[in-house]
Amino acid sequence: MMKSVHNRAWAMLAVVACLWLAVPQGIAAQKTPAKNVAATAQRPHRLAAPQMPLFRFENFTTQNGLPDNHVYAVLVDGDRIWAGTENGLAVYENHAWKTYTTKDGLAHRAVLSLALDKRTGDVWAGTMGGLSRISAGRIESYTQLNSGLSNDVVYGVSVEGDNVWVATAAGACSLNQHTGQWSLYNERNTPMIEIWVYGVSAAADKVYFAVWGSGLLELDQTTGRWDKYEDPDGETELVLFKDQGLIHEIVSSVSYVDKIVWAATYFGDSRYDGRYWHNFLTKDSGLPSNFTNFVKGVDANRAWFCTDKGLAYYDGTNWAVYRPSLTDGKPEMTVRDAQGRVTSIPVTTAPAHNYMLGIDFQGSDIWVATAKGLSHGIFQHQGNPTEVKEKN
Amino acid sequence: MKFTAEQLARSMSRISGPFAVMLLVALALWPALRRPVKADERAASPLPLVYASPLELQLSPDGARLYVLCQQTEEVRVLDARTYAAVKAIPVGHVPRGMALSVSGDRLFVTNSWDDTLSVIDTSALAVIATWNVGAEPSGVVEDRAGNQIFVANRISNDIAVLDARTGVEKKRLLAGRGASYLTLSPDGKRIYATHVYPNATPHRTAPASEITVIDTERAMVVERMPLPGVAGVFHLALSADGRLGAAAEYHPKNLIPLAHLEHGGAFAYTLTLFGADVGKPVEIPLDELERYASQPFGVAISPDKSRLYVTAGGSECVLAIDVARLLRFVHTRPRPASGSFANDLSASANYIVTRIPVGHNPRGLAFSPDGHRLYVANRLEDTISIIDPRTNRVTSTVALDGPKVVSALRRGEQTFYTARYSFQGQIGCASCHIDSTFDGLQWDLEPDGFGRDIVDNRLIEDLKGTEPFKWNGGNPDIPTECGPRTEMYFWRSEQYDGRVLADLALYMRGLPARPNRWRLPDGELTPSQERGKALFERAVDRFGKPIPETNRCSYCHSGPKGTSQKSFDVGTKKPTDNSGLLDTPQLTNTALTAPYLHDGSARTLEEIWTVYNPEDKHGRTNDLTKDELNDLIEYLRTR
Repeated sequence: MMKSVHNRAWAMLAVVACLWLAVPQGIAAQKTPAKNVAATAQRPHRLAAPQMPLFRFENFTTQNGLPDNHVYAVLVDGDRIWAGTENGLAVYENHAWKTYTTKDGLAHRAVLSLALDKRTGDVWAGTMGGLSRISAGRIESYTQLNSGLSNDVVYGVSVEGDNVWVATAAGACSLNQHTGQWSLYNERNTPMIEIWVYGVSAAADKVYFAVWGSGLLELDQTTGRWDKYEDPDGETELVLFKDQGLIHEIVSSVSYVDKIVWAATYFGDSRYDGRYWHNFLTKDSGLPSNFTNFVKGVDANRAWFCTDKGLAYYDGTNWAVYRPSLTDGKPEMTVRDAQGRVTSIPVTTAPAHNYMLGIDFQGSDIWVATAKGLSHGIFQHQGNPTEVKEKN
Repeated sequence: MKFTAEQLARSMSRISGPFAVMLLVALALWPALRRPVKADERAASPLPLVYASPLELQLSPDGARLYVLCQQTEEVRVLDARTYAAVKAIPVGHVPRGMALSVSGDRLFVTNSWDDTLSVIDTSALAVIATWNVGAEPSGVVEDRAGNQIFVANRISNDIAVLDARTGVEKKRLLAGRGASYLTLSPDGKRIYATHVYPNATPHRTAPASEITVIDTERAMVVERMPLPGVAGVFHLALSADGRLGAAAEYHPKNLIPLAHLEHGGAFAYTLTLFGADVGKPVEIPLDELERYASQPFGVAISPDKSRLYVTAGGSECVLAIDVARLLRFVHTRPRPASGSFANDLSASANYIVTRIPVGHNPRGLAFSPDGHRLYVANRLEDTISIIDPRTNRVTSTVALDGPKVVSALRRGEQTFYTARYSFQGQIGCASCHIDSTFDGLQWDLEPDGFGRDIVDNRLIEDLKGTEPFKWNGGNPDIPTECGPRTEMYFWRSEQYDGRVLADLALYMRGLPARPNRWRLPDGELTPSQERGKALFERAVDRFGKPIPETNRCSYCHSGPKGTSQKSFDVGTKKPTDNSGLLDTPQLTNTALTAPYLHDGSARTLEEIWTVYNPEDKHGRTNDLTKDELNDLIEYLRTR
């Protein structure tokens, strides 16, 4: 499959290259400044790959302080990096790791999701055994037994205003931090059919829930009205109506930023602007895999996708993929432009593993949670116009 | 003028017809017709007298004015700080608790703990210029040096609200300790230190724990939580002018051992936690002496030259004077216990306490004049201000605030409630465990049931009428029994009350009102969730259509306006250490505030009563409820 896509891309590249030779060079030079893609000089053709961020990856594993190599979630909090691992919540500060465990009050050792309350600096951690709040070193944990939390398996968490929104294995819920009131959302009071809620992304106007098998749910905070977005063709394995709705029912993650919804599913990804859908599949985008664990939008046009076959960045036109090679494990970066041309960019480092589970941004740097370690992508291109800045 | 029944009968026998009717009408109207009563007459009457009850003090930056926060008259009284002449009384909100000046002194902030508001007073006009809504039961307040942000500690919501200092709009809330109450701005303005009066949650039957919450003022974020192991009840905190020494007044209860050991220092230690560059690692030092305790420390002040540190001991009716140089010498030379606490060393305080300065009833807030030559002390239950000369450590004058000149029975009862004078070596008073006439969030091992037996959670004492009997085993039929001989024998282990003292105390206890419930809507209506919860509370049929036996419905045991049938039941919560499973039905008044729950405090939250401790549905039929329904039931209970 990948091979055929590759061949097709090269064929298209050749056609476009012929056309490009006919274009006045001044215009072409304007579009692709030579200095930005030095690697293309080594390529056997004269096309310049689009400018995409280049990173030097430094990886953290148990060898250098991480409590576990299975990293489910990562969160940037200024100079602090939080890593939710299978064996504790680790925080990296001043070049050293510290790990919080159940002995410190953490609800469970396996930390699946993280969210930062930017107003207070409190970190909320969704675990396999409840929801924990880490506030200046003090940990308070909420479970289905000691609180109104709907279920102890907390796949996702998001903080907006005074509310903490929680995605669990038995519906979603929210905690009002002022009143202490829990509100539950499930098949009894929402259009949710399945109650495995994998992700949540909250903003002042709307809250979106990624529901495994039940599509994407939208709660309008001003009206209290629920909407549900499902795969319009109703086919699990087929995409009959591309761009006519959510790509698939099995939604694994959602990111709502600049009033744009980015949704990840196990069968492709979607972007929704409130009116139009745009879907992404490996066959017609730069996604390295349709199986996406996590998505995080940078803004209305840019997003990062954590798949089982690498990390993908979409800048609204072009794609970049970062991973260890699927065949030989060597560092690999590819860039795909709007015409489907794929360029291999020589790199010397890669994220710790192909199986990506989470990402967050630290200025122009990225931090990536993988199945075999945490990766710090240190931005290399100076003045690159695709500078990464978190918007949400 | 009073009639006895016999006098009335004799008079009526001599009078007949319409004249007798007129006389009866006149007698019925007598209270309204009679002349204004004198204070001493009113003292004996059931009409409550309103006392100033000075709680906190503030000096204007130039030292010219003394602001006195009067809790019962609900006003700030402004006095000339030298002549003590009254300048003005400024009405504020309901049950004011905290007070702070802006750095320039142009604005005075007062928290109104029952209104959930903040009064902003213009100190030039001496008038309230704004009243802002804040969180639940606001207590301490400070403004940052830049005048941009105001911080308010909310006792019930356990957080610190950050307000825009110009508009009063709340920007955010920071998680604080349970019962967040007192705030202190560091001399350089960079940090705010927050304390809290109830302990943070810890596992059942483990030592309580508290914290000093440290806030970065500019970022308005918590940057540190200084642990206070073993401490439950932290009050004012003071910093030296150079910022190198901090001290927080606190209770160190010993609730894990039987209360029988009062004679051996077994109930409480009253301590200071010292921190800052002068002491290095924080250290806890006792205020108690070998044979007398410093019960209920509250206010702390450090002299401008850092030579003296003063602490009010509300239950001991004195101010403790500490020599700071000797204190620091002690801290640096005495080998520290591994715990970092000297709390149990009753010989320690002789090294640094210079003297005890007797003042009035229940001394609370204190403040230095800017030059450090005067120390003002608010005697809350005496309506006086003691002025101490720090050079001699003597009271040079006592200023009486305007108000009733007699002490009513109710007032005497309150004094008895707060004083530690009746207990062995003045160790404890009612208020040691019922902080500010509430509770302490702790569980105690009382002697009558046997050592290690019948561990009991401390209950709220608001609005007690109609909730008898008392004690978890329902053994005390009324307040005089609850507060009388048994208390004297098993708590005070010392002096016996005389009948009048007990009657006064019972009067005070009976009159303690319930604080406003923060979960009820202002119009008294219930939210949809609360309404659903109420239906569950009152339901007679479970979700499968099966009738619930009357005795197994929530509303059967928790009946009536207070939520108690005043009877005992076995709800299946008996523990191996309990002598009986038969327990008094606790009232539901403000139940949202009183975690932990059950007779022994084993349920950390309302949810755990049913998710953990009701496996057989003996504590009401609840195991058929969905999670949504249980949440609704709890939302309703919070409105009680």
